Amino acid sequence: MCDTASPNQFVQKLDDYIDSLTHKKENLIGVLHYAQEIYGYLPDNVQWHIAQKLDIPSATVYGVVSFYSFFTMIPRGEHVVNVCTGTACFVRGAEKLKEELENQLKIKAGETSPDNLFTLETLRCVGACGLAPVMIVDGKVHGRMHKPQDINEVLAKYRPES
Amino acid sequence: MKLKNTDALNALQAQSLKLLESRRAIDSVGTKHAQGLVRHVMVCGGPGCHSSGSPRIAECLEEELNRLGLSDQIKVFQPGCFGFCEKGPMIEIFPDNVTYCEVSAEDVTTIVEEHFIHGKQVEHLLFMDPNTKERFATKLPFYDGQLRIALRNVGYIAPENILEYIAADGYQALAKVLFQMTPMEVIDVLKVSGLRGRGGAGFPTGSKWEFTRKNQADQRYIICNADEGDPGAFMDRSVLEGDPHSVLEAMLIAGAAIGASEGFIYVRAEYPAAIHRLKVAIAQAHEYGLLGKRILGSDFSFDIELKYGAGAFVCGEETALIHSIEGARGEPSVKPPFPAEKGLWGKPTCVNNVETLANIPPIILKGAAWFAAIGTEKSKGTKVFALAGKVNNVGLVEVPMGTTLRQIIFDIGGGIKQRKTFKAAQTGGPSGGCIPTKYLDSPIDYESLASIGSMMGSGGLIVLDEDDCMVNIARFFQEFTMDESCGRCTACRVGTKRLYEILTKITEGKGTLEDLDKMEKLCRIIKDTALCGLGQSAPNPILSTLKYFREEYIAHVVDKTCPAGVCKSLLKYEITDKCVGCTLCVKKCPMHCITGTSKKRHIIDQERCLKCGACMEQCRVVGAIICH
Repeated sequence: MCDTASPNQFVQKLDDYIDSLTHKKENLIGVLHYAQEIYGYLPDNVQWHIAQKLDIPSATVYGVVSFYSFFTMIPRGEHVVNVCTGTACFVRGAEKLKEELENQLKIKAGETSPDNLFTLETLRCVGACGLAPVMIVDGKVHGRMHKPQDINEVLAKYRPES
Repeated sequence: MKLKNTDALNALQAQSLKLLESRRAIDSVGTKHAQGLVRHVMVCGGPGCHSSGSPRIAECLEEELNRLGLSDQIKVFQPGCFGFCEKGPMIEIFPDNVTYCEVSAEDVTTIVEEHFIHGKQVEHLLFMDPNTKERFATKLPFYDGQLRIALRNVGYIAPENILEYIAADGYQALAKVLFQMTPMEVIDVLKVSGLRGRGGAGFPTGSKWEFTRKNQADQRYIICNADEGDPGAFMDRSVLEGDPHSVLEAMLIAGAAIGASEGFIYVRAEYPAAIHRLKVAIAQAHEYGLLGKRILGSDFSFDIELKYGAGAFVCGEETALIHSIEGARGEPSVKPPFPAEKGLWGKPTCVNNVETLANIPPIILKGAAWFAAIGTEKSKGTKVFALAGKVNNVGLVEVPMGTTLRQIIFDIGGGIKQRKTFKAAQTGGPSGGCIPTKYLDSPIDYESLASIGSMMGSGGLIVLDEDDCMVNIARFFQEFTMDESCGRCTACRVGTKRLYEILTKITEGKGTLEDLDKMEKLCRIIKDTALCGLGQSAPNPILSTLKYFREEYIAHVVDKTCPAGVCKSLLKYEITDKCVGCTLCVKKCPMHCITGTSKKRHIIDQERCLKCGACMEQCRVVGAIICH
């Protein structure tokens, strides 16, 4: 995640990608995926730039960005912790897991810790229902997260050694 | 190497058959290098096993076999999901036909030494029936009663090798369609087979293709709906990851049948592994001339492009999905016109779900009669269910339509966890309903599920037990649809929010009997007036729980109790006679609302109790603190 990057830093890369597309306007969602991958999030000026480049109103870009939950307009922390809140995890204690994570990280779901280390989010089903309840840190799934100490152990791996 | 004609495809298949030879032969563990065959070790790469470390197991196996110089005689593969997620990570060894469960990287040396060098089964890694304690090396009870059509290759072939797919009759159905059948004959086969959409509503696939074909246009499109959004369903993901070519082949067949030259796969961005497999599969299909211009030397040209979703459940609705592919907000539009008339960029478009597509190649090869012989009168073939929740054997099961819930949950699923009592089965995800015990024995198909207030949906099947509060479950689904409502129509945007508010009120003990009537009325209004399937089906979880579990609602609003002990505001912690007066709970209570002295029964001040449960966690005497 490049949360500290200035939006101008990757402009060339983004422009090259847009130039490589045959259909531009129709690929708005693809362009946004790409932009979020390089910037880590989609701030106003990146959205504005994309709108200009694709020759569409910036309101359209904002409309799409705000519609899809995959896109974010605020930078995320170094590690993204997701709690699966799919049905299988829900009936096996996802709510407790979320509360425990909120406790241990001292942030609410949707927030980023002040030291910028963790962002806590929820998502719906990663298909690891056999391991419910699961949490996902930077894409890696950790299953059967019932006990506070297990959760603590997983988080410890992502904290800088001090 | 581009395949120029059917003969070239057949020759390649004949050549590739040896890839699967070991997996088709059966041999005993004792004989080394039996029939001169190379042994195949299949390490399940499904989402569950992958998460619990199966890639590491495969790595360790390869290292160990290399070290011992056995890597020429024993090959390691990582195919898709075996289905039995509960006992993962799993490995299966061919031709020995032995399955090991709950394998870890530490078990690798034992397996290599015992199984491969000494020719003995590793007893403690075999599946054990929890009741009879009997061990099974093969034919696990979990697979009894299952019939794999859509999942036929998942877990069996290496998904990133097109030659294995071709060896397993891959692209033969396409060749048959291109050279031996007219487009109308293909559509007729599908119509006669009785195949219906596996994504939710169950519309007959053959008719959908026919409508799309009938509409005159210079271009038509095929879309594969791989935006699997139902929380708790992962069958589409397993097909995409385990057998991506079957989806491509079916899309090619659809293209030939309806006269389309372009197809799109709309896949969730949350499935990176599936996206990777699809990219590999598409590149390989191009390399062999199975995608692109003049496929297999015919006049038919077809190409497939991947499109990524961005986390919107409503995009599983076909008109919303089409808008999303066009790069816009994924909001649905009014039907008619149906996508078959005016779809992607205004052209006739056919949208099919992943599982539906995976069924098509075998139907073409084996014929409509074969498929129509499986299932019930109106629902043919099989259905894949993602069995999860409070059931012993969580996993993916594919069963003939008409199988009963009891067979799925108690025979295949091994019953309820910790010997608790079954309460309900939730099918159809946020659009479905909760089915109570009395319907456990009714055969499930599209019609029977709809008649009892639920629906097939994409095939999520969540088992609930005595510890689940039905009002809370309804609230969970309502929260989901409220979050995912796109906001386009008022009925869904405002209605789902109001329903959620009433349900929250009830779980907090502030509900009234009048609220139940209000809620029921609002549910009917939303069903009648919402624009798309999401809104129209959003009230189903509430209506079905109100119908079958009304007494639980009544307990919440009249008695102000939660029978399952879930709704925090309605819980009451009490200390019984069994209390020995150890004062542990007194010290632990964050509110200091427990009073009592040493060796005397303590008392909780109900007025101030937070219901945090800290006292119960601390208490060492069973039954001294109860929660009801």
